[in-house]
Amino acid sequence: MKSANPTPGRWNWWYLLFLLQFVAVLWPPFYNRLEPRWIGIPFFYWYQMLWVIIAAAVTAVVYLASRE
Amino acid sequence: MQEINWVALSVFVALFGLITWLGFAAARWRRGDLDQLHEWGLGGRRFGTMVTWFLVGGDIYTAYTFIAVPALAYGAGAVAFFAVPYTIVIYPFLFLVFPRLWNVCRKHGYITAGDFVRGRFGNRWLALAIAITGIVATMPYIALQLVGIQVVVGALGISGTGLGADLPLLIAFGVLAAFTYSSGLRAPASIAIVKDILIYITAFTAIIAIPIELGGFGRIFAAVPPQKLLLAVPGANTTGAYGSYATLALGSALALFLYPHSMTGILSASSGHAIRRNAAMLPGYSFMLGLLALFGFFAIAADVGHRPEFAAGFKQFGNNFAVPALLLHSFPSWFVGIAFAAIGIGALVPAAIMSIAAANLYTRNIHREFINRNPTDRQESQNAKWVSLIVKLGALVFILFVPTEYAIQLQLLGGIWIIQTLPSVMFGVYTRWFNDWALLLGWAAGIFAGTAMAIAVNLKSAYPLSIGGYTFPGYIAVYTVVLNLVVTVLLTPLFNALAGKRAPADQTVAADYVA
Repeated sequence: MKSANPTPGRWNWWYLLFLLQFVAVLWPPFYNRLEPRWIGIPFFYWYQMLWVIIAAAVTAVVYLASRE
Repeated sequence: MQEINWVALSVFVALFGLITWLGFAAARWRRGDLDQLHEWGLGGRRFGTMVTWFLVGGDIYTAYTFIAVPALAYGAGAVAFFAVPYTIVIYPFLFLVFPRLWNVCRKHGYITAGDFVRGRFGNRWLALAIAITGIVATMPYIALQLVGIQVVVGALGISGTGLGADLPLLIAFGVLAAFTYSSGLRAPASIAIVKDILIYITAFTAIIAIPIELGGFGRIFAAVPPQKLLLAVPGANTTGAYGSYATLALGSALALFLYPHSMTGILSASSGHAIRRNAAMLPGYSFMLGLLALFGFFAIAADVGHRPEFAAGFKQFGNNFAVPALLLHSFPSWFVGIAFAAIGIGALVPAAIMSIAAANLYTRNIHREFINRNPTDRQESQNAKWVSLIVKLGALVFILFVPTEYAIQLQLLGGIWIIQTLPSVMFGVYTRWFNDWALLLGWAAGIFAGTAMAIAVNLKSAYPLSIGGYTFPGYIAVYTVVLNLVVTVLLTPLFNALAGKRAPADQTVAADYVA
């Protein structure tokens, strides 16, 4: 990465997006149930796996947005 | 136990041979002067985004994790899935905190968290506390990696007692020690690439093939006892399993990047941007860990626990045998060899990084600070090489002569201990507000209370905190790091007043953290 790029380390409002994943996965009442299932997998399991993907996407968005 | 599985063993040995060669050849990779500690112990801080991805991935998603998380799902059910929220919430911390830490460490030539704290707060006793915490928390972690090797070697059919049974572990240990000594961090970085390719092949093959073999996910989950499928719904006046699940995930996440081996992996990156990109890419491993956790349920559905051919394995290794048994049951021998090699090699990568990290801590924050204050570069890196051997030897002795459950319990305590460095390291990256002696006393309060609470609940991770008739079972590390912070915040103004103008200087300036 060129050093002319803005700097990792300063505050950026995009960082607030990270709160999404904390709320989504650290509050078990949201997802501690069996239905709806997806290809036979209970909700509890596929919901959290789905959030791995969403969280990675959120991080990528924050990275791209906070670079400029 | 079953007969020796020659086909699997041959594949296993061949792959081990390959990575042994690679480990030694790595000394010449991105060549640097290995007589300098930052070259030996941080790979010269030259690893780009992809190598960092493999290195940190191999470092924090260890072989033991791949054995123990499915074993927990097999035995206890849904609670094992805390590993997924855990490995989701670590990445905002990696993204926000660690590029700043990387910047300041590079600017001042810091190699360890202790170096940073020493420079930031100017107190070598605080740095000593950070270093000792790191080393003590890391040792049982290395020992558990060797357990990972023991389990797969046992599953290959090499069993019995005495020297013959321990020989494979001794060989693996010798290989590990030798290439770490000669190549430093470059060895696990190069091996991690091979190992991760093997792990991904194994995981994705298994997640497709085994459910087909067992008749689909519907059937698999139907075979799991219903009470294991979900967390128990909390009763009145308690947060129950929900509280422990969430705090276990959060506390483990906060602790993870404070471990010396994570720090070493991150500091070896070539830029803060490489770290940020990895915060978006490393969840690839979290996804795989989630898939592997499901293997515990596959093992229940395949009923490996009641098959006579695996009885001896379960007797010797407990639920940790669930994944090896599942693989043996489901796949031809040659593929089992690949999968087991992935786990075995997967143990060597973190074990190497952990021993390097512990050696860096000893060399910089104990030896250089208290024994020889002006070492030459060569003396310093030589010192670290020897310490890396001693650390590994300690772990080996531990695993050969002490019951495995002690290593597990110590590792659990290690998590509670390492999180006590959070105020100095993670908050220290943002602020110099805290007083150094207040940080040290806060640390001591956290260590003491955490150990006492863990002992009070017979070395479990959750403590049932009672407040006004309500019970909040939660991860001890979270409760005690809050205590640590409260003590630090209360004592800081007091100690600042006592210190007057004699407060130690901060070597770093604000600009060091953002460039």
